[in-house]
Amino acid sequence: MDALFTERATILAAFWMTLRLTAVSALGSLVLGTVLSGMRVSPLPVLRTASQVYVTVARNTPLTLVLLFTSLGVGANLGVEFSAQISVNNYWLAVLGLTAYTSAFVCEALRAGINTVPVGQAEAARAVGLGFGQTLGFVVLPQAFRAVIPPLGSILIALTKNTTVALVAGVAEASVRMREMIEIYGDQVIQIFLGFAAGFLVLCLPTGLLFGWLSRRLAVAR
Amino acid sequence: MTKVMSATHQRAVPSTDLVVLDKVNKHYGPLHVLKDIDLAVRRGEVVVLIGPSGSGKSTLCRAINRLETIDSGSISVDGTALPTEGRQLARLRAEVGMVFQGFNLFAHKTVLDNVTLAPVKVLKQNRRAAEQRAHELLDRVGIGSQAHKYPAQLSGGQQQRVAIARALAMDPKVILFDEPTSALDPEMVNEVLDVMTALARDGMTMVVVTHEMGFARRAADRVVFMADGQIVEENTPHEFFDNPRSERAQAFLAKILTH
Repeated sequence: MDALFTERATILAAFWMTLRLTAVSALGSLVLGTVLSGMRVSPLPVLRTASQVYVTVARNTPLTLVLLFTSLGVGANLGVEFSAQISVNNYWLAVLGLTAYTSAFVCEALRAGINTVPVGQAEAARAVGLGFGQTLGFVVLPQAFRAVIPPLGSILIALTKNTTVALVAGVAEASVRMREMIEIYGDQVIQIFLGFAAGFLVLCLPTGLLFGWLSRRLAVAR
Repeated sequence: MTKVMSATHQRAVPSTDLVVLDKVNKHYGPLHVLKDIDLAVRRGEVVVLIGPSGSGKSTLCRAINRLETIDSGSISVDGTALPTEGRQLARLRAEVGMVFQGFNLFAHKTVLDNVTLAPVKVLKQNRRAAEQRAHELLDRVGIGSQAHKYPAQLSGGQQQRVAIARALAMDPKVILFDEPTSALDPEMVNEVLDVMTALARDGMTMVVVTHEMGFARRAADRVVFMADGQIVEENTPHEFFDNPRSERAQAFLAKILTH
């Protein structure tokens, strides 16, 4: 147990990075996923197809490949630079990859949510003169979101754990620190594993509980 | 709601046509649901559409604000042909109120927000003014005290009256009622019909699809009888119910008025 204790500062710093990756990517994928789901139900076939193609590609590509693509392809090859500092640059490239990947799942969850909203709701919105964007934004999406809070929670939990793949983009999050520690403290491998697993549990359990509570709290009565 | 205008006053309204349907046709696959429909609704007129189920009356009603598209023919509201899509269509819909069989109140919004949403977002009214007007309208339909409840907390009759207030909040030129009492428990039908009758008396232009023959007799200026996608007969309620001319209408009335 000594290793976990003596290294507590670096472990916490690593988990802090995990948390930042999760929070920023979650926000990004919520926004992008919402836009994608809006495109998916748009009256313009071009937008529908674009969204569908994007979701199919992003959802069926392994996350490791997505992150390698953003760090090596977008970052190194295309020369997209978010910051002169390498660690900051890597962080944003990882956020980009995680967002690109996760937003596909958010889009699919929301699309399922849109399907739970009775068609009469959108008809009533159109009948009072709301346009497509207003109907979606004021009437359909608010109800769709409330219907899919539990699956969005699952997606967030998956994202939290998926941040460990950011190691391929050179981001020093929790799993990177774990590997380093295993190399240094080879006699305490089991303890280190259990310690880091507990760390993820601490991050993920409240997420599940919070989303369960939110879904009951915000449920739309019909 | 209490303001009562005499029937003669209604007649005094210039009888220009507000809603005009010309040779309207619609198919659902092989089914020809609207066949060469010609219909003109005058300003201030209350037209009741009746007929057996599947006769196309709901489709006709929904076509007037293009919730149903049509295959051929033309529909115009206040001299403007129905736009096919986009901003112009939204603008036209803002002028045509609609009350649905299933109420369709926005389930995640309070009664007050249901009524103010479109005035604020579409007509760009100031929120305070819109809320004040909403309270007046809710009082008028008799549910002023429920403004902060959610639709699911109200009875069907109350929800439908909110839906009427929501339509009125846009100051529509005409209100379409698509079987407004068909989803209600019997004891709630009258509270909705009373509101509609008062509206009719106040001179609102209304197109009403209904099975309520008492309402048709009481409030309609004209009854339009449809069967198999066609307008079979149209007349004043008095003439239609007492002396139906077509066999189809006689058979229909015999079925519903004898039980």
